Amino acid sequence: MTTTAKVVRCAARFSRSHFASPLRPAATTVRRALTAQLQHRCISSSGKNEEAAVKVDVENRRIDTSNFMNKTGMKPSEVDVGNRLTADAMMSPSAGILKQATIMDEGSRPIYLDMQATTPMDPRVLDAMLPFYTGLYGNPHSRTHAYGWETEKAIDVARGHIAKLIGADPKEIIFTSGATESNNMSIKGVARFYKSKRHIVTSQTEHKCVLDSCRHLQDEGYEITYLPVKSNGLIDLEQLEKEIRPDTALVSIMTVNNEIGVIQPMEEIGKLCRKKGVFFHTDGAQAVGKIPVDVGKWNVDLMSISGHKVYGPKGIGACYIRRRPKVRIDPLISGGGQERGLRSGTLAPPLVIGFGEACRIAKEEIDYDHKRVTALANRLQSGLLAMEHTTLNGDANARYPGCVNVSFAYVEGESLLMALKDVALSSGSACTSASLEPSYVLRALGSSDESAHSSIRFGIGRFTTEAEIDYVLKAVRDRVTVLREMSPLWELVQEGVDLNTIEWSQH
Amino acid sequence: MRKICLPPLVLQKIIPSKTTDHYNNPRNVGSLPKNDMDVGTGLVGAPACGDVMKLQIRVDKNTNTISEVKFKTFGCGSAIASSSYLTELVRGMSLEDAGRIRNTEIAKELCLPPVKLHCSMLAEDAIKSAIKDYQTKSNRGPPTLGKNLL
Repeated sequence: MTTTAKVVRCAARFSRSHFASPLRPAATTVRRALTAQLQHRCISSSGKNEEAAVKVDVENRRIDTSNFMNKTGMKPSEVDVGNRLTADAMMSPSAGILKQATIMDEGSRPIYLDMQATTPMDPRVLDAMLPFYTGLYGNPHSRTHAYGWETEKAIDVARGHIAKLIGADPKEIIFTSGATESNNMSIKGVARFYKSKRHIVTSQTEHKCVLDSCRHLQDEGYEITYLPVKSNGLIDLEQLEKEIRPDTALVSIMTVNNEIGVIQPMEEIGKLCRKKGVFFHTDGAQAVGKIPVDVGKWNVDLMSISGHKVYGPKGIGACYIRRRPKVRIDPLISGGGQERGLRSGTLAPPLVIGFGEACRIAKEEIDYDHKRVTALANRLQSGLLAMEHTTLNGDANARYPGCVNVSFAYVEGESLLMALKDVALSSGSACTSASLEPSYVLRALGSSDESAHSSIRFGIGRFTTEAEIDYVLKAVRDRVTVLREMSPLWELVQEGVDLNTIEWSQH
Repeated sequence: MRKICLPPLVLQKIIPSKTTDHYNNPRNVGSLPKNDMDVGTGLVGAPACGDVMKLQIRVDKNTNTISEVKFKTFGCGSAIASSSYLTELVRGMSLEDAGRIRNTEIAKELCLPPVKLHCSMLAEDAIKSAIKDYQTKSNRGPPTLGKNLL
């Protein structure tokens, strides 16, 4: 077996030891057989990582199966381990994943349509990451030995992939823990560095972390303008021009909105900011890898990117910071001066490399993905809007198709989510899904509280299938009908009563 | 096949609580003819708050007890469960007893979390409002031709 194969096997087995340990004593033999396989683990470093992981799994599976049969005298496929799984599913990691996937198809796991909250990691990304969890563990900032050099080299490659995806120079990419940190870093960093400028412009529909960073700066004495949006979710450029003052340091407008998916006119905003001489920051977490992004063409000075929204790992993100003309920021985190002194702290090589690989794949497949997502979204959107009393939130044209936000009048969003237990959905952003407040983004569009309470966001991504969309369409149609039958508002509307004429008792 | 127990790999099955049971199989959904003299209707809540509850009771004049009860609710799962549970609770009750139902009773039975307590309060309001509606109706007597013309 090659060294890579060993590394991958070690990693895979390590993960398996997780669920094999708390067994009941009744099944001692089987348990021993399963745990025994976890014993002869090995540690080895590897230089080559080109070996195909599939071969490794096949080999793994053969060895595990014969070991199991020797110990227990039973075929793994005959041993039920609960949850409709046989021990066969545990014989190799990929086999287990496949087994789970079939169960998902049977509907015991909900269909995932919440791609704005997070995306599943592409298996190719995991393949790229695994060696850096085991053999290649060098600190990328160690300049004195080969361990450090090899990791650093891989990180530079990853940085290049990310830069290429957004049309930047690799030196302009600073790794952070995620888009939230990047947003904090950009907004607070620019404001605190250029102390003479005390004003920031942002919009009302920004992500919570942008709004909260601004609120924080407000407490420090900065002035913030929260730009209202039009009823289609887009900002008014003329109004933006009016709001920019001589002491404005930064304009922060997100590229793709996380709740309604509208794309702001980036090129125009960039041009305006350049003309006025203010920095332009954009939260590109929902845009990068999904729509073509070009920081040069858009004149973007700072951009926040997230790893887990582009089918990469969670816990990693990046901040693009323009070098020409140079944007300077006051770093949030001080320390060893890594990342050009803008974000100290040792990088996490597996995450960085996974993020880089995710961006490489995104760059390669962006056209294909976009076409596919558009086709699926059109199918879903036209199906949903064909139902009576449904409206699409946000502009119909300037939008990323993978985010479909629809209001179902006279049905409460939360109860619809509960009725759609077989579909993983959200009524707004994941950050605010715990509170009962209607979405502030929809409120900013000027929609009534009623319609904000009855909206649901459908997120479509790379791994969504046509069959899933059809299932969801049918499920939504059925459940909305049931809930409307149960809704007193629907009854009143059917009777021809105008709901606005009723005096409601407020709570 | 031998059975061994392992921590579930896929999804832990959520224990069906009373709330989910009432939500999945709501009891007594529907409407009663609201113009009937022995029917009291309570419509509480507001669409802007995300909860509207309509509760209707039919009262047996002789025994002064609730003989039939129906509800319709626009709101979250807890609101639907609260109203469904309420309809089961008040059927057959005398008006006095039904008027004494506290929201804590409903919340306790359904194990509602603090953020959902307002759902049980709404249910309490709904039954009170329905009783009040019935009482005003029966005190006023049947609508006369003259009154209607005004």
